[in-house]
Amino acid sequence: MRQTTDIITVEHLSHAFGNKTVLQDINLSIGKGEFVTILGPSGCGKTTLMRLIAGFLKASEGKISIAGHDMTTTPPHLRPVNTVFQKYALFPHLNVFQNIAFGLNLKKLPKEEIQKKVKQVLKIVIMTDYEERDVDSLSGGQQQRVAIARAIVNKPEVLLLDEPLAALDHKMRKDMQMEIKAMHKKLNITFVYITHDQEEALTLSDRIVVMSEGVIQQIGTPTEIYNEPKNSFVADFIGESNILNGVMIHDELVEFAGHRFDCVDKGFAENELVDVVVRPEDIYIFEMSEAAQLSGQVTSSIFKGVHYEMTVITPEGFEFLIQDYHCFEPGHTVGLRVKPFDIQVMKKERLCNSFVGTIVDKSHVRFLKTNFKCNSAHKFPIGSKVRVAVEFQNVILHDSEEEGVLTGVVSFILYKGDHFHLTVRTKDKRNLYVQTNDIWDDGDTIGISISPESIHLEPV
Amino acid sequence: MIKRILSTSYLGILLVMLYAPILIIIIFSFTEAKVLGNWTGFSLKLYTSIFQGGIHHSLTSALYNTLIIGLIAAAASTVLGTIAAIGIYNLTPKSQKVMQMVNTIPILNPDIITAISLFLLFVSLSISQGYTTVILAHITFCTPYVVLSVLPRLRRMNPNLYEAALDLGATPFLAVRRILLPELKPGMISGFILAFTLSIDDFVVTLFTIGNEGLETLSTYIYADARRGGLTPELRPLSAIIFISVLVLLLVINQRAAKKKL
Amino acid sequence: MQQKVLTFLGRRRNWTIPYVLFLAFFVLVPMVLIVFYAFTNAEGAFTFANIQKFWIHPEAMNTFLYSVVVALITTFLCILIGYPAAYILSKMEARKAKLLVILFILPMWINFLIRTLATVALFDFFKIPLGKGALIFGMVYNFLPFMIYPIYNILQKTDQNLIEAAQDLGANPRQVFLKTVFPLSIPGITSGVIMVFMPVISTFAIAELLTINNIKLFGTTLQENIYNGTWNYGAALSLVMLLLIGITALLNGEGSSRAAEEGNLI
Repeated sequence: MRQTTDIITVEHLSHAFGNKTVLQDINLSIGKGEFVTILGPSGCGKTTLMRLIAGFLKASEGKISIAGHDMTTTPPHLRPVNTVFQKYALFPHLNVFQNIAFGLNLKKLPKEEIQKKVKQVLKIVIMTDYEERDVDSLSGGQQQRVAIARAIVNKPEVLLLDEPLAALDHKMRKDMQMEIKAMHKKLNITFVYITHDQEEALTLSDRIVVMSEGVIQQIGTPTEIYNEPKNSFVADFIGESNILNGVMIHDELVEFAGHRFDCVDKGFAENELVDVVVRPEDIYIFEMSEAAQLSGQVTSSIFKGVHYEMTVITPEGFEFLIQDYHCFEPGHTVGLRVKPFDIQVMKKERLCNSFVGTIVDKSHVRFLKTNFKCNSAHKFPIGSKVRVAVEFQNVILHDSEEEGVLTGVVSFILYKGDHFHLTVRTKDKRNLYVQTNDIWDDGDTIGISISPESIHLEPV
Repeated sequence: MIKRILSTSYLGILLVMLYAPILIIIIFSFTEAKVLGNWTGFSLKLYTSIFQGGIHHSLTSALYNTLIIGLIAAAASTVLGTIAAIGIYNLTPKSQKVMQMVNTIPILNPDIITAISLFLLFVSLSISQGYTTVILAHITFCTPYVVLSVLPRLRRMNPNLYEAALDLGATPFLAVRRILLPELKPGMISGFILAFTLSIDDFVVTLFTIGNEGLETLSTYIYADARRGGLTPELRPLSAIIFISVLVLLLVINQRAAKKKL
Repeated sequence: MQQKVLTFLGRRRNWTIPYVLFLAFFVLVPMVLIVFYAFTNAEGAFTFANIQKFWIHPEAMNTFLYSVVVALITTFLCILIGYPAAYILSKMEARKAKLLVILFILPMWINFLIRTLATVALFDFFKIPLGKGALIFGMVYNFLPFMIYPIYNILQKTDQNLIEAAQDLGANPRQVFLKTVFPLSIPGITSGVIMVFMPVISTFAIAELLTINNIKLFGTTLQENIYNGTWNYGAALSLVMLLLIGITALLNGEGSSRAAEEGNLI
């Protein structure tokens, strides 16, 4: 699908608002005529990236080239890029025709040509005969079409679409997805589509760029992203998944949920700790028999329209999400089986929390802008820098903010079959990773403490 | 039901009390008597005599001054206030808050403080007082209101409109002229009207900044009149005309706004 | 050079600068001048005499206290009369209420001196003697709309769900009002108080006209001093007022800026 000429190249692009970094070293190239989706949860930096490409923001660092020209500092009105805004941004004091003709008028094209072009583009977005309508009188879907028409009538090299369907209802969104896809085929314009909706991304794109916390997590075709997620974030964000801690015994053999499984992954160190992803539809569920690799008891079963979604708990205490056309009632004992190539083994991003800290006195070390009591602090001279390591399960979370030595907000929750892996963002925007059996909600503000014996120090 | 009658009549009584003095002015504008309160038979003479000037030259020139000062001050405040509002809207939230606080100072200051402080400014700089000082003073207390009527328009505006114009190839200047200003127009118009009415209604600040070169506005004219013990009879029809035109104007605006919403 | 100017103008936050300069020159500097004049004598030498004079001079002090009392009574009456009106308006159908609110505000478009003189004529007509009573009436008459509007505004914005929730939780109409509607409308009252209290203290002319020059309010004292050329003493008295405003504004915090916005009567 990739074509040889790149229409957009982004190199080492970083952006910060004040001292808050929102994009970090982004490298990306988009081919001419490609449909690329930038996908990520809100606050991941995708909109900032779009605004940098459109020119509404000036990059703090890095380079953006469009159509072969360095356009890092080019103002938006001189870029061959047009944008479809999330809330349409149609000019309320102009009618449909005037909105669409806005760009053409600025180019001072002759009247007849503008007429012709607007008519043409209205036909493409299936809005013929709406020229004289007031934009406020249009429905959401119609406004969306006008917004697209207003952008594509200028024949831009690149069309940026910033969550264009977010404001539409479910049914309308489905229809518009198809239309946008068809439009892309017809127009031969590069589409860069911003969304937080993974399903939309999988349906529409030639390639998907998955972003989180200002960093590109993975770039790939929809199938690549779905079947071979690079890390647990991607696996969790795209589709439903079972993500568990595992150990790579040796090539093509991985242990998780207390059992060993054949797999197809290679190149890990022996006994390396890994994350394992198994998609719910890739687990076979059947009456307990010899063929079973795992056994378990069904704890819930919900009909989802086409398939049933069941949770099964194994005797070792691991929970699995399973989708199947057959229903097994809660309480039923079942057998489970996974084929080797359906097991995706991923390198762990980190094995413990690590920080650079300073020894404050004989019993305290300072990191995350907080003084922590630490049993091994006396082994280092006061004022010296040390590397601090804290294991995920040794971070203690408290309901009340006062109980902890610092506070944070739960920003990401990953269920790993028998425990939760939380990302907690502290006040000064640092991440702390926590393993816990307690249930927390996204956005909870919590107190954080770490017991003195579980802070490990090493010289830098 | 009784509750409704009671509440309606409460509002009714309040309105009657509120309008009684105005009604008196309007009624007594149709008689020639020198003193307000005496009825000497129906006459339209006062209405015709406002427009003749001549004898009441000082009243006509006061009216003229009031309108000119009001128009210039309102226009200048609208320009200054709109530019300021656009600027404030683009500040960081923190500075926005500070600017909004500063913007409210002239509004919270009682007239007399504004008046005395400006008086002291002009005498300290030995600026001779007259038209210019009155207009500057009026701009001072009108502009904050313009800022307050334009800012909400900006806040309610889709933040991407301006960017959309740039995106479609408009230079920043064109984007402001073609998109931003038309969007802000309603706020600017209501800011202008408010500034104009504040200016023509002002008395205290005008009195302190008008100097003693014989310049008069309606307010200072009436004040001087009242101190002398009487009210020039022509002020009655003049007030009646102003009141009725404002009433009609407001009702029309309200009606139009209501229709547009439907 | 031209490029530099364009980029400067292109940053739209810079558009604040002309206004900031204007405010600095026409609001800040004049207020500093009040302080400066208050602490200097006619020759420009530093002195506390003006402030002292206010403390020991019984007339100024009395006028000041009297004005505060008049302002308190006026404010209280405005709340007493205005709150029910605002409440009734907020319960009405929106379009009708809007029209009535306009009717309440409309008298403001008549020059207040003429209105006051008309009030005097009205009192004459009904043979009501001018004096304290007339003064309070005139003040309430003049400032009532400033109380009704902000209260109406906040009552009308009150989330209907909150009232229904209170009813649902078993509150009777009286309790709904006392425990839900009234507490929620307090910011409106604060705004109204700011719009009424300070201006009453500082008005002049109204008091003179309604009491045939028998009662003087603080505003008149200020004006007389400036007119008689005792600027420094006048400035000291203004400073007293400024401090009072500062205190009320601080006490109200957010309320004051809201009051300013509610002052926007169109």
